Amino acid sequence: MSRVQATTVMPPVHDADPFAAEHLEHPEPLHQQLREAGPVVRLSRYGVHALARYQEVHASLVDWQTFQSGAGVGLANFRHEKPWRAPSLLLEADPPHHDAPRRVLREALAPPALRRLRDVWQEAAEDLLDNVLAERGEDFDAFDALAKAFPLRVFPDAVGLGPDGRANLLPYGNMAFNAFGPVNDLVKSDAPRVADLSAWVNAQCAREALSEDGFGARIWAAADRGELTQQQAPLVVRSLLTAGVDTTVHGLAAALYAFATHPGEWQRLRERPELARVAFDEAVRWQSPVQTFFRTATTDVEIAGARIPEGTKILMFLGSANRDPARWSDPDSFDLTRDPSGHVGFGMGIHQCVGQHVARLEAEALLTALARRIERIELTGEPRRHLNNTLRSWASIPVRVRTAR
Amino acid sequence: MPLMGVDTVVVQSLLPTASQPSPSTVTLEVRSKHVVADGVVSLTLAHPDGVRLPDWTPGAHIDVVLPDGTARQYSLCGDRWDPYSYRIAVLRVPEGRGGSAYVHDQLALGARVGVGGPRNHFPLVPAERYLFIAGGIGITPLLSMLRQAQMTGADWQLLYGGRSRASMAFREELTECHGRRVQVAPQDECGLLDLAAWLSEPAPGTKVYCCGPAPLLAAVERACVGWPPYSLRTERFTAAAADPVRRAPFQVELRRSGQTVTVTRETSVLQAVRQAGVEVLSSCEQGSCGTCLTPVLEGTPDHRDSVLADHERAANDCMLPCVSRSRSARLVLDL
Ligand code: HEM
Ligand code: FES
Repeated sequence: MSRVQATTVMPPVHDADPFAAEHLEHPEPLHQQLREAGPVVRLSRYGVHALARYQEVHASLVDWQTFQSGAGVGLANFRHEKPWRAPSLLLEADPPHHDAPRRVLREALAPPALRRLRDVWQEAAEDLLDNVLAERGEDFDAFDALAKAFPLRVFPDAVGLGPDGRANLLPYGNMAFNAFGPVNDLVKSDAPRVADLSAWVNAQCAREALSEDGFGARIWAAADRGELTQQQAPLVVRSLLTAGVDTTVHGLAAALYAFATHPGEWQRLRERPELARVAFDEAVRWQSPVQTFFRTATTDVEIAGARIPEGTKILMFLGSANRDPARWSDPDSFDLTRDPSGHVGFGMGIHQCVGQHVARLEAEALLTALARRIERIELTGEPRRHLNNTLRSWASIPVRVRTAR
Repeated sequence: MPLMGVDTVVVQSLLPTASQPSPSTVTLEVRSKHVVADGVVSLTLAHPDGVRLPDWTPGAHIDVVLPDGTARQYSLCGDRWDPYSYRIAVLRVPEGRGGSAYVHDQLALGARVGVGGPRNHFPLVPAERYLFIAGGIGITPLLSMLRQAQMTGADWQLLYGGRSRASMAFREELTECHGRRVQVAPQDECGLLDLAAWLSEPAPGTKVYCCGPAPLLAAVERACVGWPPYSLRTERFTAAAADPVRRAPFQVELRRSGQTVTVTRETSVLQAVRQAGVEVLSSCEQGSCGTCLTPVLEGTPDHRDSVLADHERAANDCMLPCVSRSRSARLVLDL
């Protein structure tokens, strides 16, 4: 850290709306423009600064002291705008408030805590695939039948949710991830359901609504040991329900889309199924299911000579950082021989995705099951995106598979 | 919260890139060393290249590796809003096993020292009120807790005992900053801490944090028997000695790929494995995210991460190769 340098430069200005449909649909051209414009770009439309290069995105993700989350990680600045719901105790909190919820969730979702799920999820993936092939044959929508179906089958059970109302999970997440953007048509079209979806989700966070052996129960047990307050516990459960469903659905969809369009890489995975974990992270790098998050400057800060005043919102383009040619060679290709380590698709630093091991375990289960049974997977039509202000989402990925004989 | 006295901060970009692996944070340099009380020195440690150190929370400690390869745990007592340095304070223990004598007598300004962690077995849990009880050097983990308690708006008090005023580190800055919240009770003036007066009435909603010598902990535990469960949290300075770590190079066998690599002091296990062309997914490369977790089939790892709990470490069946090393001459990994 050092004091502000003698000369500060004005960052270049760009008037694009990164939340406009055309950019949500195809974010890469805008990302390239922003990366080329400079290390910091001012987005005149929203009066925010943007970081699109790997180096600056990584540096600001880890520097929680200078770039806070507590004023919201969306466009709205909680210092003077009212959040649409009680802020998250993890995502939208800074130390010291962030510490206890983070610790509890980290322990509940750590790799050793997930060991007992590995076999269960592996079996669930194989079972799901058997059913899909039996019921739908070799032509189906991979988004619907696999990417969406698998997390919805295993994750709510692992949290300990009851059987009713699970169809609310995806729309709720979709709404929450839209809410990080501006109040555009996407947010407006969610508005009629905010009240009922929120009421359902909040009801599921209560101790009584959760089974005794899931992630949710572990959070409540931590509250009973005094590691969280009784008021915090339901909000920590809510984090799982908000952040743990849509993300993995579109993350798995990214991996399926990647393989359906890269037959050579599919063969590579079939030959070496132990590549499943790396393959999933490469898909997360390549598609970046979580495209963007904001931070707020806690002080006047200087990035590469450009001064950002205290209180300013800063938009970090994770998806762009993950394809920055200064960091990745041939960044636009999906390539299993690449080492995707260090990608920022799960963030970095104290807010780095606390569910990343859960996401990887789901992916490993599904991809290994597929690699075992499916010889070829290819598109049979144009895949369709679903637009969301934050998530790079899908509506459909029509495929034909050939099962191994 | 802005850094004190700094108008504008410049974001540094000391970052791992494809060609340049992230600098390992397991060797730090002594940047300052001061006597802060009779028999107590405070040290500031930083990375030789000035990069950010792994984040920590109040109550955390680091392992400091001594020249004989054994490690000692010292609580972090600095400012976590400064990501570039760690502060520890060490009491000379004449009858100890040599850790404090080494830190006092030999660990000079500019010296390099092996470090593991940070890890936290003594986290500050949320509460409306805290009662902190420190005995002597037991003040160290509590120091950063006080500041956090202040920030969350909790009501708190510190009862700080020690042999004599002169032996009590940070006494002046504590009373200056916090005034009536801090009660300093040197034994030669006030006798033993009057725990009965402080603890006889259980106070629901209050958490008691105590760190100090074993007799103090035992007394506080006795005084708190009538308190609601989980009211009391203690940390004891344990003397449990671990096997020495290796300074010499070691061999890592990658069982599945049938290769063996040598890991010297200059590289991490992760780097050595990658150089052999074997993929290991990683992310933070600081031992804090858990991404590089790798099963260990044979040998004893030298755990330096912030991820695994004690019982998971003791099982020695997995490790975080981005920071952890080996105690045995050979490690066999399931890679
Ligand atoms: C492919 C799937 C996923 C992706 C791409 C993803 C992405 C991310 C990213 C980028 C962040 C960082 C946010 C920031 O820095 O502001 C994050 C945080 C978070 N994620 Fe994930 N996530 C995924 C799956 C999950 C799952 C399965 C869970 C729950 C089990 C989860 C729970 C969370 C929570 C609670 C946080 C907030 C952590 C904090 O602020 O300390 N995520 N995730
Ligand atoms: S890469 Fe994060 S713990 Fe090793």
